[in-house]
Amino acid sequence: MEGDIAQLGQFIGAGLAGIGSGAAAIGVGHVAGNFLAGALRNPSAAGGQTATLFIGIAFAEALGIFSFLVALLLMFAV
Amino acid sequence: MATEAHGEETGGLVFHPLDQFIVEPLFGNAGDPVHWYTITNVTLWMALAVLAIVALFVFGSRGRAIVPTRTQSIGEILYGFTYKMVEDVAGKDAIKFFPYIMSLFMFILFANYLGLLPMSFATTSHIAVTAVLALAVFLTVTIVGFVKNGVGFLGLFWVASAPLALRPILAIIELISYFVRPVSHSIRLGGNIMAGHAVIKVFAGFAAIAAISPFAVLSITAIYGLEVLVAGVQAYVFTILTCVYLKDALHPSH
Amino acid sequence: MATETENGAVDAAHGAAEAGGAGMPQLEFSTFGNQIFWLVVALVIIFFVLSKIALPRIAGVLAERQGTITNDLAAAEELKQKAVEAEEAYKQALADARSEAQKIVNDAKAEIQADLDAAQAKADAEIAAKTAESEKAIAEIRDGAADSAKEVARDTVKEILGAMGFSADARTVTSAVNARTKG
Repeated sequence: MEGDIAQLGQFIGAGLAGIGSGAAAIGVGHVAGNFLAGALRNPSAAGGQTATLFIGIAFAEALGIFSFLVALLLMFAV
Repeated sequence: MATEAHGEETGGLVFHPLDQFIVEPLFGNAGDPVHWYTITNVTLWMALAVLAIVALFVFGSRGRAIVPTRTQSIGEILYGFTYKMVEDVAGKDAIKFFPYIMSLFMFILFANYLGLLPMSFATTSHIAVTAVLALAVFLTVTIVGFVKNGVGFLGLFWVASAPLALRPILAIIELISYFVRPVSHSIRLGGNIMAGHAVIKVFAGFAAIAAISPFAVLSITAIYGLEVLVAGVQAYVFTILTCVYLKDALHPSH
Repeated sequence: MATETENGAVDAAHGAAEAGGAGMPQLEFSTFGNQIFWLVVALVIIFFVLSKIALPRIAGVLAERQGTITNDLAAAEELKQKAVEAEEAYKQALADARSEAQKIVNDAKAEIQADLDAAQAKADAEIAAKTAESEKAIAEIRDGAADSAKEVARDTVKEILGAMGFSADARTVTSAVNARTKG
């Protein structure tokens, strides 16, 4: 019985951690959207900033991956 | 030992999305202990990545043709792409690290793409592998920073443009973010690859239910397409972050 | 911490129940040594293959191509320069030929004009000579004619006088005729 409660906690925690992936998706969308808005205003400067775009996306996405990892750890490793 | 256990479970909707990441010896039984020298599926797929790289860059450019063949052209494009990235992001004086960065980039790129083959093993999905890669970058950057700039490298943590009162706090934040770098660097790559492969496996599990199997197959196709993109982008991101860190080491002033 | 150890016991219990299948292969620490070893081997091989063979070769090919392109461009530039020069020379030659031809035409024209002038002068002179001669002849003829007319008139006068029964000496008749015809 005690184990069942622990498992319940694990699964609820994993589900909650999964929300983080969605939040990271919002962040990545913000980065890409703002880049596009800026690029449309000044297309000539956009080409040189794609590296910055990818770095920004990577930083935003890494946190989502962290939350995903927490979910996985809760599901499989704890 | 994990696979043995799963072999016994039968029937119903069973997900084992992480079984694809199990390291097991190529020869002998699945449950045999894995020593450091054991030839495992990791060995196989890393060797394939090495062979692919050698095939592309050594045999592809064997002709040294002025008008390149298709294979040589691919190699030249990758060379030019990486060279330009190192030059643009890390600066001209980082060119001497170009072979190092190129090696990392090519290994990650080929490991990612080979891992996308059905029934293959994604070596870059393992935190041990990506952690070694990220630590290699971290150590290189730190050592290069101190060798090049001496104690001046610590200026990276001392934000001279900030108000004096804020500087110690910023220094602590910078220090923490500096040491978190290898963690995020490795988990970003490993987590992305692992997540993609696990999600594909989860949808593959849904395909066992007849009613939703067409949807599952379509989803697998769509996610596979996304994973092809992610495999390239993550290799690119790992490399470009390496260049960014290298730039910090060569020019630590903010 | 306490709960963790407690959980550890529970895990051990239900880990056995689930046959240990729940662990993440990524956290299977017993395989880390193996992965790291083979990763280092792979990276070292890739690094040496790339830095000793592949990258210098590709850099050489790219540099060679760049050199070839530069050379070709320079050669093309040179050829273009030559073509421009050739065109210039052609134009020069054309202009020379044209002026030469003009000169020849002018010379010929002048020569012909001179010939023509000479011929014309000669012809004019001849014509003038002929005219003078003719005029002289005409004058002689006219003079001749006048004398004849006088003769005729004298004879006629003599005959008329004879017929009328007058005799007149020749001198008187002649002077009379002359006086008349003079007027």
